[in-house]
Amino acid sequence: MSQWKNFAKGFVKENPVFVLLLGLCPALGVTSTAINGMAMGLATLFVLLMSNMVVSLIKNFIPEKVRIPSFIVVIATFVTVVDLVMAGYAPAVHEQLGLFIPLIVVNCIVLGRAEAFASRKSFMSSMIDGLGMGLGFTFALTLLGSVREILGSLSIFGFKFMEGDGILVFILPPGAFIALGYLIALMNKFKKA
Amino acid sequence: MDYIIIVVSAIFINNILLAQFLGVCPFLGVSNKLSTSFGMTGAVMFVMTLATIVTYLINHYILSPYNIGFLQTISYILVIASLVQMVEIILKKVSPALFQALGVYLPLITTNCAILGVAILVIQKEYNLIESVVFAVSNAIGFGLALVLFAGIREHMDLAEIPAGIRGVPAALIVAGLLSLAFMGFTGIV
Repeated sequence: MSQWKNFAKGFVKENPVFVLLLGLCPALGVTSTAINGMAMGLATLFVLLMSNMVVSLIKNFIPEKVRIPSFIVVIATFVTVVDLVMAGYAPAVHEQLGLFIPLIVVNCIVLGRAEAFASRKSFMSSMIDGLGMGLGFTFALTLLGSVREILGSLSIFGFKFMEGDGILVFILPPGAFIALGYLIALMNKFKKA
Repeated sequence: MDYIIIVVSAIFINNILLAQFLGVCPFLGVSNKLSTSFGMTGAVMFVMTLATIVTYLINHYILSPYNIGFLQTISYILVIASLVQMVEIILKKVSPALFQALGVYLPLITTNCAILGVAILVIQKEYNLIESVVFAVSNAIGFGLALVLFAGIREHMDLAEIPAGIRGVPAALIVAGLLSLAFMGFTGIV
């Protein structure tokens, strides 16, 4: 597989949220606005990229039996880094994302990539895989956040484009499920075409 | 009275699945059949309560006295992962019947964000030990309630005529959205 294919698969063909259905908890929980979705996506991108790189570097030193706990420690370390950096430099966003930042550690997509990809492939491929998957995740969250923000509060990235209130339910929890459901249906259509 | 508020708000108002989106992966994964969703609920309740007690003690006797709160995420996830392993080994030896029922779900639970989420939430909400246990048990009940309801609906959906475009996961998500909408009706009862 060429590196470009390796990089691009995260966007549509193997998009973590729309196709693999991994990491749905943050995808639903934080996407009430496009900015929150993007911030969460970028935080996950960083963790995914760093953990994929480190795991592929240390894969030969880890005994087979303790590989999962070791991966979890690597991931948790980077999650803590993101948590502290965000609390320091972007306290408002950190406040909004709240619980979902530490929960990146149990995001199936991060551990899934470490186990299925980074622990078998070379450093370069793992880095590109992490970057592609992370960007795909960011793309999915930003898209979902935009749809919910446009429908729910008639604004995009905080910029109000129309007077009025919007459909409140899209900001509330039920809207997250419904919007994601329709986006996945749309994605399936594109995949077939 | 405080306990009743914790119980009601955890089960109905801030339902962990439908309002806080914790544990959505197993929610969509194992909710095809009623029987598996009961098994998953049992396993979650067991591990959630145990994990909350253990992480609470770790926080109060190790992390806060030594001022190393930044290790929270790492220590919690390691404790939960090893706890799940330990529960698995003990159950296998002590109660093979229970292990048969819960066994397959236990490994899945390590990456269930509801467990870690509740463990962190009780620290954020500054509950004491008993309140934490009550909170964990009621969240597990809330998780089970949503899961069982959803599985019941999905079993019927297999028989329904669904437009081809949204068949499968999209339809399941939309149903979850409607269920979540129904649960919003409980807002304001406490």
